[in-house]
Amino acid sequence: MIPAAFDYRRAKTIDEALALIGETAEEARFLAGGHSLIPLMKLRFSQPDRLVDIMHVPGLAGIWERNGQVGIGATTRYVELERSRILQDVLPVVAEAAGEIGDPQVRHRGTIGGSLAHADPAADLPAVMVALDAFLDIVGPQGRRRVQAEDFFQGFFTVDLAEGELITEMRMLPRRAAAYAKLHQKASHFALVGVAAALEIEAGNGAGGVCRGARVAVTGLSTHAQRLRGVEASLIGERLAEESIRAAAERAPEGIEEINDDLHGSAEYRREMAKVFAARAIRRAAARA
Amino acid sequence: MSERVPVEVRVNGEPCSAVVEPRLLLVHFLREELGLTGTHVGCDTSQCGACTVLIDGRSAKSCTVFAVQAAGSAVTTIEGLAEGEALHPLQEGFWEEHGLQCGYCTPGMIMAAASLLKENPDPSEAEIRSGLDGNLCRCTGYQHIVNAIARAAQQG
Amino acid sequence: MAANATPSPGGKHVGQRLKRREDPALIRGQGTFIDDVRLPGMLHLAFKRSDVAHGRIVRVDTSAARAMPGVRLVATGADLQGVLPNVPVITPFPYPDHPAVTPDKVRYVGEPVALVVAEDRYQAQDAVEAIEVTIEELPAVVDAEAALRGEPTLLHEDFVNNVALRIISGTGVAEAAGTQDPEAVDDRELEAAFETAEVVISQRMVNPRIAPSAIETRGVVAQYEATRPYLTIWSTTQRPHAHRRFLAAALGLGEHQARTIAPEMGGGFGAKKIYGEDFVAAALSKQLGAPIKWIEDRSEAFLTTTHARDVIGQIELAAKRDGTVTALKARLVADIGAYEMLLTAFIPTLTHGLLSGGYAIPVIRSELIEVFTNKMPTDAYRGAGMPEAIFFVERSMELLARELRMDPAEVRRKNFIRPEQFPYKTAAGNEYDSGEYERLLDATLELAGWEEMRAEQAAARAEGRLVGLGMSFYIELCAIGPSTMFPDGGWEHGSVTVERDGRITATTGASAHGQGHETSFAQVLADQFGIEPGAITLLHGDTAVAKQGVGTVASRSLVVGGTALLMAGSKVKAKMTRFAAQLLEAREEEIEFANGEVGVAGGGKLSFEEVASYAYAPQQLPAGTEPGLSEEAFWEPPGMTFPYGCYIAQVEVDRETGEAELQRFVGVDDCGTIVNPLIVEGQIQGGIAQGIGPALTEELRYDEHGQLLTGSFMDYAIPRASDLPRFELGVTVTPSPLNPLGAKGTGEAGTIGATPAVVNAVVDALSELGVRHVDPALHPEKVWRLIRGGER
Repeated sequence: MIPAAFDYRRAKTIDEALALIGETAEEARFLAGGHSLIPLMKLRFSQPDRLVDIMHVPGLAGIWERNGQVGIGATTRYVELERSRILQDVLPVVAEAAGEIGDPQVRHRGTIGGSLAHADPAADLPAVMVALDAFLDIVGPQGRRRVQAEDFFQGFFTVDLAEGELITEMRMLPRRAAAYAKLHQKASHFALVGVAAALEIEAGNGAGGVCRGARVAVTGLSTHAQRLRGVEASLIGERLAEESIRAAAERAPEGIEEINDDLHGSAEYRREMAKVFAARAIRRAAARA
Repeated sequence: MSERVPVEVRVNGEPCSAVVEPRLLLVHFLREELGLTGTHVGCDTSQCGACTVLIDGRSAKSCTVFAVQAAGSAVTTIEGLAEGEALHPLQEGFWEEHGLQCGYCTPGMIMAAASLLKENPDPSEAEIRSGLDGNLCRCTGYQHIVNAIARAAQQG
Repeated sequence: MAANATPSPGGKHVGQRLKRREDPALIRGQGTFIDDVRLPGMLHLAFKRSDVAHGRIVRVDTSAARAMPGVRLVATGADLQGVLPNVPVITPFPYPDHPAVTPDKVRYVGEPVALVVAEDRYQAQDAVEAIEVTIEELPAVVDAEAALRGEPTLLHEDFVNNVALRIISGTGVAEAAGTQDPEAVDDRELEAAFETAEVVISQRMVNPRIAPSAIETRGVVAQYEATRPYLTIWSTTQRPHAHRRFLAAALGLGEHQARTIAPEMGGGFGAKKIYGEDFVAAALSKQLGAPIKWIEDRSEAFLTTTHARDVIGQIELAAKRDGTVTALKARLVADIGAYEMLLTAFIPTLTHGLLSGGYAIPVIRSELIEVFTNKMPTDAYRGAGMPEAIFFVERSMELLARELRMDPAEVRRKNFIRPEQFPYKTAAGNEYDSGEYERLLDATLELAGWEEMRAEQAAARAEGRLVGLGMSFYIELCAIGPSTMFPDGGWEHGSVTVERDGRITATTGASAHGQGHETSFAQVLADQFGIEPGAITLLHGDTAVAKQGVGTVASRSLVVGGTALLMAGSKVKAKMTRFAAQLLEAREEEIEFANGEVGVAGGGKLSFEEVASYAYAPQQLPAGTEPGLSEEAFWEPPGMTFPYGCYIAQVEVDRETGEAELQRFVGVDDCGTIVNPLIVEGQIQGGIAQGIGPALTEELRYDEHGQLLTGSFMDYAIPRASDLPRFELGVTVTPSPLNPLGAKGTGEAGTIGATPAVVNAVVDALSELGVRHVDPALHPEKVWRLIRGGER
């Protein structure tokens, strides 16, 4: 399969990237790792007139800890997330989820910013960002702004990103007690259902401690990554034990609408799997506390 | 729109340049422009891995990369693996262990394995198998491929 | 013979684990596959395909496409009417017309309706996108069983209810090939068997539609030279000679004016034979005076490379309470898709012949109904009708064991054809050549540690884990022949030439694409001539090199092709013997071939080069002898060979998700004499993986409108390395009496045996929940629903 023709520009700075996108009246897209966009272009589902390659913009890739926050640059590849010492130490859930994406070749090329901007309903990282309450830094013709991951994902391949806007960085607080559990779709290795759970557990109590805070998010279940508010509510204030985890996970489908339903999994199955994988993610997160 | 652009890529250690359409996929650049036909195409959705090459030392599916993206990078294909007559340990391994039948997935399989062994020189069998998650073989059932990679790891 | 040990039949080279001589080029990326063939001035062909399953073409607007850069030709099916013949069929049954590019009606999604020829493939694709097709949709026929209840929509007017073929075979049918006349069937024996049965097992079972999925897609390069005239065509075909025959005729040429070259091929598995695109490329090369290339996309491959299986069986087994099976009855409905390809209707007829499995079942009857639907046609794919048969039989044996609370191994043992019964003519009509089934079963149980496995399973179950063990005993039908058994000739051809320097060039009509013929055939000839394999080159896959051939299909290459080579080799040896006797002044009976020499034991010796030099420039010809050392032979087997084996699978099902993890896979195979154990292991392992895929994940699904839902590797999962355990395999060797090698064939074994073993294991895992049967593919959700249903 062969993509339709387009015009390619390589940006050296963020300003140049914005200018290259802004100067054309036709459909223009930023290109990072290309592992979401190029497959769609090959099938001609996507036919942009211009691609602006941002992989050579200095400073857009990297993982750093600053002021008690962890920052991840938009063009950081999955493999860097998977191997990052910083992430393995303070945000193991990000490394874990990145390691579950696709296959080694895909992880060598695909980027976190690309994945979030594309917002495939079955992508892994959106759920992780929502669970971690990450902020996305966005630049565009109107300047800079910041949006919470939870608000960024709005619907089926739909995000809070205006024409010409670019994600530059994700920022989040360290959280060891977080985990991602995923049911693989056997052919594509996308998530049939994936759940990320980030917990605050009363210090010193370990897996049997009392849950003081919980953010749990799901992917693959519906049009976009979103929080499992029933699970969160059920966890907070509870002592984390098998029974309370199961009870909380039971509430996974609460408030989730437009459940995906296709040949790989009916809505009913996905709803049940959201419960199963919520429990698995919570157990694993609790074990990390 | 879509004007042809010059591209320079270091391929198997040699600088290569061509003027190409931006939409030209790296795999077609290698095969059609450079005549390096050892890199194959087996699907159009980035699953099969027959097109796997190394870009700056890491395995990548050259059907999911535009040649213009690889400009300035170093690309290694199956043709660049042997040192003259001397086969790479992975090539030896595939031959010794009967790691190929039709041979179509083989170049991609070997390149994926090369990337794996670079990152993990002493992989377990499970690590070898998951290291091949991006490559499909329909002939072998993978067992001899796993043996071939394990052998190369021992000798590397 | 202990399992795991690889016995050598005694030859110096036959039986050796020789590294393949095919490999050095392939591991360096220097193979020449179809897309690597490039000719000066070559143009690129691409097809506009129907996105509607059933309908009438109202309009094909090619005006925009014609105006696009690099475009040399745009044509519709109507433009090509009369230019192209129909896609060929070689079955003995009636079949509908099948245009290569449809002019009027579309019958499946993916059917070609128009085409573009352009200077490069990017331009060709651009122009295809610009073609607009208007189709008036008709209702799609997607359910073969519904068609039998009276289908209002006909795909082909001459085929009532869309039935392509209805054939009754076995006990009570006089004709060996079955009858199409229900009146001619005598039911008495069958009815008596079921009336007196102590136990009857009855189960509807589905073999889903699957995709062969060779990693290389199809392709063709056609070059027509008008002045000679001559057609040279490179094609991904397993049958170059048949390909040449049909392609030559399509262009109004004699077979002597055409050459088909099958370059290195990235897998075939039965699906790569002769397709419409090849005719289009050849005709357009003639029309445009330029070489034409077409390479299939994977998306096209899912839609338009022949599919396989898609057979529903209603199976009834009659038995005694001691486990003895007394009769088997099958009603088979095959969904063959929209048209017929080369062997489409023939393939499901092969199922009947294996319904006896490895068992002495005295009464066997089947009725087969083949139905047209708005899907891609089916055709041969690894196993070709046999996996369906063995799946039906081995699921039934498992059901019987469960019904009688017998060990599955013991039910099988009870019914095995015994060694002294061979050659054994089954009630399904085939004559099995040789076998020691019980010995192989015992070898498998020992290799697996069956008793320990059962004990571990019991322990796991006590912990609440869903662990299951499944067994299958398969029979494969190989070396299909003689010609009375195979629609297009049941022989193979070979030639052997001792060159003037004493080296051997051999040719075979078999056309390898991964099977390693260049290595294993050289081993066979090396032992025949007493020379090193390195002194032999085998050429194949080119009709200008191998004079005649049937091709590499049906696990027949070594048995039939290898024997043809031995026959040609014998003729050459006879001549060498005469020349050597003359030179050495010895009697012909004294001449021996050993250690690369020809001569008399304890006496004079000649090198091959010395004999050959003389043979090509004889100073005095032996009486009745021509100069030169080049001979050929056709060989047709007297009957078919029947390799067999036993597989045991262990799975654990995740109670929460329904995912089935294959934890162990143990097997012992018997394919007669093994020429190269390395190659045989590769064939078995690859075959097993192709049998595991359809058990667990592989299934082509169409929706009610005839749209293919699983049209890419994103949605159709063939096994990856991490999906499979390390296979634990052994062999026994029971040579076939039907060929001098004693070989039986092995190409399809694993695929036939693995699917029922894995399905049986999953059913076993679920049995404590009351599950009796599940049809593959065992997608997690399907299994999860059974678990949930069972736990309620």
